[in-house]
Amino acid sequence: MNDTADRPVAPNLTRMADEYAAASAQIKQRVILCAGTGCVANGAIEVHEAFVEAIATAGLNVATELRSESTADVRLSKSGCQGFCQMGPLVTVEPQGLLYVKVTPADVEEIVEVTLRDGKTVERLLYEEQRNGRRCHGPADIPFYRQQARTVLRLCGYIDPEDIREYIAEGGYESARRAYVDMTPEEICGDVLRSGLRGRGGGGFPTGRKWELTRVQPGDKKYVICNGDEGDPGAFMDRSVMEGNPHAVIEGLLITARAVGADEAYVYVRAEYPLAVQRIRKAVADAEAAGIVGEHVFGTELGLTCHVMEGAGAFVCGEETALIASIEGKRGMPKPKPPFPAESGLLGKPTVINNVETLACVPLVLAMGADQFRTLGTAGSPGTKTFALTGHVVNTGLIEVPFGATLRDIVYNIGGGVTDDSGAITDEGFKAVQIGGPSGGCLTEEQLDLPLDFDSLRSVGAMVGSGGLVVMNRQTCMVSVARFFMQFTQNESCGKCLLCREGTKQMLALLDDIIEGNADAGTLELLAKLGNAVQKGSLCGLGKTAPNPVLSMLRQFQGEYEDHVFHKRCPAGECKALLMPEIDPDLCKGCTACARKCPVDAIIGDVRKPHTIDVEKCIKCGACAEVCKFNAVTGV
Amino acid sequence: MPTVTEPALKLRQFEAVCRILDRFGRDPMKLIPILQDVQEEYRYLPEEVMTFVATSLGLPPARVFGVATFYSHFAIEPKGKYVVRLCDGTACHVKKSTSILDALYQRLGLSEKNTTTPDLLITVETVSCLGACGLAPVMCINDDVHGQVTPDRAVALIEDIMKEENA
Repeated sequence: MNDTADRPVAPNLTRMADEYAAASAQIKQRVILCAGTGCVANGAIEVHEAFVEAIATAGLNVATELRSESTADVRLSKSGCQGFCQMGPLVTVEPQGLLYVKVTPADVEEIVEVTLRDGKTVERLLYEEQRNGRRCHGPADIPFYRQQARTVLRLCGYIDPEDIREYIAEGGYESARRAYVDMTPEEICGDVLRSGLRGRGGGGFPTGRKWELTRVQPGDKKYVICNGDEGDPGAFMDRSVMEGNPHAVIEGLLITARAVGADEAYVYVRAEYPLAVQRIRKAVADAEAAGIVGEHVFGTELGLTCHVMEGAGAFVCGEETALIASIEGKRGMPKPKPPFPAESGLLGKPTVINNVETLACVPLVLAMGADQFRTLGTAGSPGTKTFALTGHVVNTGLIEVPFGATLRDIVYNIGGGVTDDSGAITDEGFKAVQIGGPSGGCLTEEQLDLPLDFDSLRSVGAMVGSGGLVVMNRQTCMVSVARFFMQFTQNESCGKCLLCREGTKQMLALLDDIIEGNADAGTLELLAKLGNAVQKGSLCGLGKTAPNPVLSMLRQFQGEYEDHVFHKRCPAGECKALLMPEIDPDLCKGCTACARKCPVDAIIGDVRKPHTIDVEKCIKCGACAEVCKFNAVTGV
Repeated sequence: MPTVTEPALKLRQFEAVCRILDRFGRDPMKLIPILQDVQEEYRYLPEEVMTFVATSLGLPPARVFGVATFYSHFAIEPKGKYVVRLCDGTACHVKKSTSILDALYQRLGLSEKNTTTPDLLITVETVSCLGACGLAPVMCINDDVHGQVTPDRAVALIEDIMKEENA
């Protein structure tokens, strides 16, 4: 430590935080506009423009960027995803903590006049609870938020993701600074191992052990990679973290690099997430400019170069060895393990790959301390988990709960209950929740009280996966859901292993047989047998878990599969080929409406006498059921 | 690109490709970002450009074709000026995204095999998940995301584009 002369001065985080806080305190009011992908799709940018204009028209000063000399009346900033996507665009007004939902540019003038100028509330823009019509003032009041434990997502949706100073003012980069300045790699690995942090990408491997395995490898060239290739259909947690709090990911990556002794990092982001790519790139550039990432991290002798790479659309690249191949400019095909990336990863060097959410947890683990972190969640799965709650549920969006929360909490309290196909709440409507995407399985009514964590889910044949929770109502056919996932994995199979490549294709064909009414007793048996073979005969996670949705549904909904196979009936009424429209003679008044509507003249009968359907002619279009005023047509 | 003559196109292609190659220091490891930028420039990867890239990077052309055909983002046939990407992720699927696809196919006379209109205006594709599941069903037109789409709204969006382009 003697050649400090030509080394840049270490960034002073405390001073940066104080300066920011002082500038921020000068402006009393703040309007935070959610600018996550969801709200932008709903028109958040137009709302932002309307605010700038309306605030000026009202004779108030607006600051869209915070400077030390700022003396505006209102500060207007954009945040990342606040999670309540379906209600977007979302507008938060501080200091009152009001949350306005579904705001359009036409509403902005009223918000400015009533709330910003007069300090009152625009009641009609508050969130209204669907069940009882109660208006909620802010997140503390809204059941969707109240029942969550937003820890990793605490700053997501509040801070300006494009302003590194605000992240620092919230205590950001302090854990990374300590890791570089005050701690040894052994200590960091030890702390993370003790915290019990497990990989959030699906597998749940202990993060501390992964780091320790890499740390002890000889050689001075090592890599760390952030896996942001979130490909599971129905999952968008990582996107939200990268968009809403990109610096937390970069900080996690810094700590990882320090723990294992790496000097080069890659952030691999899925190309379908253009906004996440842009925010991560800006975060890296800003961290470099602040002297945090670069040749001398926090003024030390240690450097970290950080690259951002955009994926090119291959689900299999979420698998770590495939992701490495992709960074190396090759086809993203997995390799057999061992050797594990910890021994021989990117360009043959020891490499750590962690998922986005895991990395965002890392600074918290160091800040809270391992013991404090363990107080969250369950003994086997400490901490919290973000889930993407979607499907037939009142409140869809991004949520975070401690491990060990039950499905009932999530679906009924946070989610607000199950909806039918028309969007109305139905208390009897719950059928299943698909968890873990194409690698996971289904949970049914019986498992509503199962505490969700890595081990309990595995024990019932499902998995946390990356965290997609798709709620399905009784109008959903489980055979077609299984077929949907099978088609996905079949499409995404890289083709390296025979059983994955051909097996998934054959499983898909068997599922088609069931849906089209061509299956027999042997089909179900063959499907289960083939599923087991694909699990055993595939190299990577994609193939090993591809049969999970089918196998889990075969077990949980055996009756529904048997109905399709033996009775050629789809209880949910979704499989067209199996529909059997019938006219109930007791309900039919013989009004002839259906007979006149039928496009193939398959309905016969005299006026005022019950009609019948000619099964040979019927094309199962359902037009008769739609036109019948007496609900006499069943089975469509 | 029907308006540009063949030789002129070729000249322009290679000039731009060289710029892209230089930006990445002609590093074979950077093959994917190179191809991404090439595609950004031409909307697809013409065969002769891929061969040129392979030679410039000292790679066998088969390696470059292999990569280009592996990843779903690379197109080896021209795509339309407007690429409509309809999400068929789980959430969108259970909220009946298939009916939107059918409506688009029908309006544009396209199918699963034939995804681009003959005038190279519109390409319709499905993607496995756009990650905006809270707004399902979701559709992207180039980089613009549209949420809670219905078949009628999807067709209306397409018709707006066609009207604008033909104006």
